Amino acid sequence: MSDAVDREDRAAPVAPPATRCGPAVVRAGHHSVWSLGPGFKALFRKECLRFSKVALQTIIAPVVSTLLYLLIFSHVLSSNVKVYDGRVGYAQFLVPGLVMMAVLQNAFANSSSSLIQSKMMRSIVFVLLPPISSFELFCAYVLSAMVRGVAVGLGVWLITLPFVGAAASVPEHPLWVLAFAVGGSAILGTLGLVAGIWSEKFDHLAVFQNFIIMPLTFLSGVFYSIHSLPPFWQALSYFNPFFYMIDGFRYGFFGLSDINPWRSVAVVAFFVIMLGAIALRMLATGYKLRQ
Amino acid sequence: MKPEPVLAAVEVIDVCKSFPNVRALDHVSLRVEQGEFFALLGPNGAGKTTLISILAGLARADSGQARIMGFDTVAQARDARLSLGVVPQELVFDPFFTVREMLELQASYYGVRGAGAWIDEILHHLDLTDKANTNMRALSGGMKRRVLVGQALVHRPPVIVLDEPTAGVDVELRQNLWTFIKRLNREGHTIILTTHYLEEAEALCQRVAMLKGGRVVALDTTANLLRGASGITVEIAADAVPEAWRGRAAVQATGAFGFTLAGYGELEPLLAAFRESGIAIAEMKLGAADLEQAFLRLTSPTAATAEAA
Ligand SMILES: Nc1ncnc2c1ncn2[C@@H]1O[C@H](COP(=O)(O)OP(=O)(O)OP(=O)(O)O)[C@@H](O)[C@H]1O
Ligand SMILES: [Mg+2]
Repeated sequence: MSDAVDREDRAAPVAPPATRCGPAVVRAGHHSVWSLGPGFKALFRKECLRFSKVALQTIIAPVVSTLLYLLIFSHVLSSNVKVYDGRVGYAQFLVPGLVMMAVLQNAFANSSSSLIQSKMMRSIVFVLLPPISSFELFCAYVLSAMVRGVAVGLGVWLITLPFVGAAASVPEHPLWVLAFAVGGSAILGTLGLVAGIWSEKFDHLAVFQNFIIMPLTFLSGVFYSIHSLPPFWQALSYFNPFFYMIDGFRYGFFGLSDINPWRSVAVVAFFVIMLGAIALRMLATGYKLRQ
Repeated sequence: MKPEPVLAAVEVIDVCKSFPNVRALDHVSLRVEQGEFFALLGPNGAGKTTLISILAGLARADSGQARIMGFDTVAQARDARLSLGVVPQELVFDPFFTVREMLELQASYYGVRGAGAWIDEILHHLDLTDKANTNMRALSGGMKRRVLVGQALVHRPPVIVLDEPTAGVDVELRQNLWTFIKRLNREGHTIILTTHYLEEAEALCQRVAMLKGGRVVALDTTANLLRGASGITVEIAADAVPEAWRGRAAVQATGAFGFTLAGYGELEPLLAAFRESGIAIAEMKLGAADLEQAFLRLTSPTAATAEAA
């Protein structure tokens, strides 16, 4: 029993109070609420492995379907829609919106489907039994969702390059692009986690997807600048958090946006914190995961 | 000098747990010492799995406490979980991975590094070596169950809880499994098991807790329970039962009549009754006292009240 199986994070075996042969009492070692230990690393790796093993379905398919959007919409609408007073071509305008839409949808899809699948299959016990803290669970699910979202977004961006020309779609402010990709995928990854925990079957998740995620993305200005909308719809767009993510992301590409990007940053930060707090609370109380 | 009290492997103190409409655990207390081989028995719905879920932190008790190796399952959840390996009753698996990947993954969740050799050993003892690179989906039910056993062992927990580990596992592999578990027990691991194969519990476990309706109805050494069940069982295949014995006959699955007798002294009157009423005995089988009898006595609908009185 004494051969080499070492535990990470300073696991010092502590002798039991009374001598009695057998495995020593093991302690997890110091672990604060906010630290990320080996359980986090393992779960994060597993979650990334999970989607990359079926990359055809989780990466390639969404990239291709997003490309279809570009081809169809830019073909049909390019002569009718003027954006930013004609300073940016329509296809060129469309690309960042589609990239961000892919990032958001796939981040959501990753954490929500992973959760609901392992809940339905009951294999969720494998991550509930080990000493993995709520914060570690949260980070592993959300970060892996972000990786998938950003990977699909990157794929969409690359595949659209030949259609709009590299010169037209290289970001002017890459840091803004990065900031909104990270923030937006974090929000949707977290929302997917919340939806996955809350849903008891695939139908519930479909409700989330069809009545919240889809309408909010389509009404967020992916395909148009909100300034082209009638006043009522324009005003309504300001209540759609997706609008800020897409608008800010687009600012990174063109240095042009419907509203000040700092305002978008504030909105994104607010939602990251709010949804993060909800998800952490759900995990800490074991809501729908532990009876 | 008085010896220090030995740290219990598992300590359950006055635990209650209700689900909507059901009181699954009703003031359950028990203590399992380090190094014990302990059986948790009871009919379907007795609360065994619920109790295990509370030990594993999969469920939270409404009141009371549970400790694993002295660690509170709620306040010191990380240490408690590190000390515990659980084989769940449900046949769960992750369809994305192979057998070896499942075990490596589980080891990494516990922060165990360099577990390769130990995983090889687990695979060997569970007769899974040639299935190591097979996807979980492609395994039979019994094989999946054995992978679950393996997953509970990857971090070499001092306390191992097996919730019906042999359900659906064939006879030969069941023997191998028990040989392996017995070895782990000899090496100092505390083993707690639930099973509906009572002869397994009888052969393996030093102590038994019987649950019924969420209450502990018996908590004793296997030997004492067997002594309490001193008596014999008789199974008689015949066309009818003599008038006087009708109240004590229980129809078996085979169609034969089963009788539980206080001892061999009662056997002669029983056979005499058959002879006197002219009923021919086609076949007869005698059984010694076993845990099953004790189990039936303690968990039958009339028993609990008698016990309580
Ligand atoms: N999640 C749940 N929701 C509602 N009731 C539950 C739940 N889990 C268990 N129960 C109820 O609690 C009681 C105890 O169930 P438990 O699974 O602990 O029994 P058990 O002793 O493991 O039975 P078995 O031998 O069939 O596995 C049962 O009446 C069961 O219906
Ligand atoms: Mg059970």
